[in-house]
Amino acid sequence: MNIVVCVKQVVDTEAVIALDGAGEVELMGQTMVIDPYSEFAVERAVQLKEELGGTVTLLTLGSQDCLAAVRHGLAMGADAAVLIEDEQWTARDAAQAAALLAEAASTMGADLVMGGWKSGDTAAAQVMGRMAAIMRLPLANMATGLSVEGGTIVAECEVDDGVETARLPLPAVVAAQQGLAEPRYPSVRDVMRARRRGAEVRPVADFAAASKPTTVTVVSRELKSGRCGGRIVAGEAPVAVAETVRLLAEEAKVL
Amino acid sequence: MADMWVGVNGADEALRQVNAEMLGGARALADQAAAQVVAIVWGASAAGHAKALASWGADRVVIVESEAAPAPEAVARTLARLAAESAPAVVLLADGAESRVAAPLLAEALDAPLFSDVVDIEAGDEVFFTRLPYTAKVIERATAAAPTVVATVRPKALPVPEVDASRTAEVIAAPADAADLARIVQSVARAASERVDLAEADIVVAGGRGCKGPEGFAVIESLADALGAAVGASRPAVDEGWIDIQYQVGQTGKTVAPSLYIACGISGSIQHMAGMGASKCVVAINKDPEAEIFAGADYGIVADLFEAVPLLGAAVRERK
Repeated sequence: MNIVVCVKQVVDTEAVIALDGAGEVELMGQTMVIDPYSEFAVERAVQLKEELGGTVTLLTLGSQDCLAAVRHGLAMGADAAVLIEDEQWTARDAAQAAALLAEAASTMGADLVMGGWKSGDTAAAQVMGRMAAIMRLPLANMATGLSVEGGTIVAECEVDDGVETARLPLPAVVAAQQGLAEPRYPSVRDVMRARRRGAEVRPVADFAAASKPTTVTVVSRELKSGRCGGRIVAGEAPVAVAETVRLLAEEAKVL
Repeated sequence: MADMWVGVNGADEALRQVNAEMLGGARALADQAAAQVVAIVWGASAAGHAKALASWGADRVVIVESEAAPAPEAVARTLARLAAESAPAVVLLADGAESRVAAPLLAEALDAPLFSDVVDIEAGDEVFFTRLPYTAKVIERATAAAPTVVATVRPKALPVPEVDASRTAEVIAAPADAADLARIVQSVARAASERVDLAEADIVVAGGRGCKGPEGFAVIESLADALGAAVGASRPAVDEGWIDIQYQVGQTGKTVAPSLYIACGISGSIQHMAGMGASKCVVAINKDPEAEIFAGADYGIVADLFEAVPLLGAAVRERK
């Protein structure tokens, strides 16, 4: 079983975001991590490899700076990694990213292509779906469960009001949702070993998809202020609850 | 300008409010551009919805002849075929599990850009789409220079249009596409709930780690039923297995925007706030006065939820 897992490096979801003069999200000085959704996919892929044998190869579009996320995935148990090296990667839209990743994955002989159903930063929520379309593979999106049975996979996928279980032939694309697997913490030994194993670096210019133009223009970015609040309704529970109900009815007018 | 399309899902049941919101958004775009609004509807009972769709702003209703609700792959295929014939300027779908499959497939088939989980659409020389990336910490406005732009629209983000019952729409039938899918659905476990849809609920009562176990959610559910509200949960409660994942509100779960959100025993992480930050009024009940949730709450009650939530339920029942 050869599994290719698309891994993105993102700014930590806990981070305080700032914008630079050009309105871009400031990444300097930020803690960069493996995207949490990618991480669910890496964990399940490594588990499947441990159960069934095979290899797990990470695939990343990014600059050399993104190798930190790649090394984290290697420390979790992935066997190898490919970096499509692109200094301009943050300027590429989701359609361009999917085209590049699909072109690379097509040459890797994958039985299963995995990744996150969205990313914690830009949340474009379309790269895995577009890859499925480009590679003409079936898609299991928002997967919270995945098992391999013979030449097929059975995926449990989150739908709006429940969980849908479906069988897909291989090769297939599986986009991970929270719940697919609980990511392991690599040991120090695993981290050290991963550091010695590098990624195969392939320049973006070697890909035909590198010339696909973008159609998207971001017009503006603003920081969204958090909710304003902080008013505590005083008193022991019975008093505070009664007063809150009154405020909800008379002041907020939502009851 | 070319037409504005709205894909209407779930037409076998009562139409969800998000369909009205999308048609209102499409109507505003079409009026700016002297274009038409086209609603594309699936399902055996689709014809019965034509009048409602017209009253919300559709000029034309295309009924795709299908027996049951189609798979998202089939939705994408039909929209791609129809769009290839008439090149709409915009195709809107309601953000949700179905469109998260259909929209990327459609966008790729049309070589079109896709804006997902859009919270605002503005007409101008171009069409501007607003999204909230970076765990809803950034407001991003973008546009795309493409013949057709696909977008998925967040429920309860766009205003509900006024109903104009005098409007009529031309009704057209279109054939469905073959559903020769590689993905075979074996079973669907629906959360058996009589309560309102979480994403569209007007009131949400949510429980977190403070619920301490599945029993704690009985307290949450009791208040929800008193209010006619939907039940939500924070990620720790879902991770602990106290409640199913489809109730999760937050970055990895559902985004809600009710008029009243009651957070019970929820600490208020950035990820949770990303999912409920657009609520009109937030009540927080937490026994830890330092809990972050209070900073974003309109009304905070520092108390044990097992005491305060039943009191709240009793007070609400008394009012009725």
